[in-house]
Amino acid sequence: MALLEMKNIHKSFDGMEVLKGISISVDKGEILSIIGRSGSGKSTLLRCATNLEKVDNGEILYDGRKLSKDTSCFGLVFQSFNLFPHMSVLQNIMDAPVRVQKRKKDEVKKEAMELLEKMGLADRADAYPCQLSGGQSQRVAIARALALNPEILFFDEPTSALDPELTGEVLKVIKSLADLHIAMVIVTHEMAFAHDISDHVIFMENGVIAASGTPEEIFSSDNERMKSFLGRYGM
Amino acid sequence: MNLVSIISQLTSGMGVSIYIFVVTLLFSLPLGLVIAFARMSKNPLISGISKVYISIMRGTPLMLQLMVVYFGPYYIFGIRVSNGYRLWAAMIGFVINYAAYFAEIYRSGIQSMPVGQYEAAQLLGYSKSQTFFVIILPQVIKRIVPSVANEVITLVKDTSLAFTISVAEMFSTAKALASSQTSMMPFVAAALFYYVFNFIVAAAMDAIEKKLDYYR
Repeated sequence: MALLEMKNIHKSFDGMEVLKGISISVDKGEILSIIGRSGSGKSTLLRCATNLEKVDNGEILYDGRKLSKDTSCFGLVFQSFNLFPHMSVLQNIMDAPVRVQKRKKDEVKKEAMELLEKMGLADRADAYPCQLSGGQSQRVAIARALALNPEILFFDEPTSALDPELTGEVLKVIKSLADLHIAMVIVTHEMAFAHDISDHVIFMENGVIAASGTPEEIFSSDNERMKSFLGRYGM
Repeated sequence: MNLVSIISQLTSGMGVSIYIFVVTLLFSLPLGLVIAFARMSKNPLISGISKVYISIMRGTPLMLQLMVVYFGPYYIFGIRVSNGYRLWAAMIGFVINYAAYFAEIYRSGIQSMPVGQYEAAQLLGYSKSQTFFVIILPQVIKRIVPSVANEVITLVKDTSLAFTISVAEMFSTAKALASSQTSMMPFVAAALFYYVFNFIVAAAMDAIEKKLDYYR
C-alpha cells in the first residue's frame, strides 16, 4: 500500500480552480519531485497534503487512513523557514517532541543534538533564529521537522529564499536525508537537484499533471511544453 | 509645613493610589485579552458586542464612567451602596476602562503575527491553545510592550480621577490638605509622587523591553 495517496484532488480559490483533479501516490521511502512554473498549483498541492488547505473534492490517504487533524506522520519544510524566533535553535527542535509527543526531555535533547550534528550546526544549538543565515535557518527547520520522526517529509521550495551558495548547503543536507529512508515530496525549481535525487518526477501545469515519470524520462522528454520549461533552466 | 510632614500625611493616600494601580493592572490585563478574543470572534454577535463595548469605553470620559459605576446602582436600581463601595467602584471603573484599551493593543499585536507561525505550529502538532500560549503570545508580548508601557504610565496619572467619587487616594488627600493649609506644597508633593512613581514604572517597562531584546 502506498504511504500517501491523493486521489482526484480539486481545489479552488475564489472560483479560480488551482488543482483540477490531481492524483499522486508516494511509497515508503520514495522521493518525488514536483516541478513546474509558478502558479501551476505545486505549493497548493503540498498545502492540501499537509492539511493547511481543505480540498474541495478528492481523497487524501496516509497508510490507507483518511487525512485528519490527528494525522501526524508528515512534516513540512517551508520556503520561509517559519522558525519560532523567541526560541533557541535547540528549543525550536525540542519543543514539539517534548510538549506534543510527551517524550522524555533527555532523550529528545540527545536526538536533537544528533540531528544538529547531521545538519552541521551542533555549535549553533543555543543561537536564536535571528542570528542564523538563511541556509542555517532552513537546516534548523529541517531538523525540527525530522525530530518528530515523520514517515514523509514535504519541502515547499526549500531553497527559493536563499542565494546560490546557501542553496547548495541546504540541497546537500536534503540529499543526505535519502539515507534515512523517509519518503520526501519536494517542490523545487532546482532541476539538476530534482534530476539527481528523485525516484519520480511530476511536471505540473495549470493545475494538472502534464508529465510524470522517472527523472530520465522527464528530463529527456520530447514533449514540447516540457522542453520549453526545462529550456529556461538550461536543461 | 514642610515637604516631609506633607508627604507623611499623604502616605495613606499614596497607598490607596498604588493599590488602585496594582489591582487595575492585575485584572485589566487578562480581561483585555478576553475582550480581544471576543473582538476577533467569528461570531458576529460576540464581536459586535465587544466592538460596542470598546467604542463606549474609549469614547466617553473615564471620569464619567467612574461616576456611572459609583452612582449607577442607586440611580438605576435604587440600591443603597455602603461607603466602602467607593473604592470598589473606582477599581471596577478603571478595570473595565483599561481592559478596553488593552484589548485593542492585544488585537493589534495578535493580528500582526505572520500566518507562517500558526502553520508551522499546526504542522508540528501543537493544539490551538498550545499554539497561542507557547508560540504566539510570547511574541505578541514583545511587540506590544511599548504600547502597554504608554497605557500603564497613563494609568498612574489617571488614578487621581478616583478623587471625583471621593476615594481617599493621594490626589484627594493632597487637595484637601492644600485647601486646609492654603498652601501650594501638597500639590508639589503630589506632582513629585506621580513623577517618581512613573519614573519607576518607565524603568520597569524599559527593563522588560530589554529582557525581551534577545531575539528579533
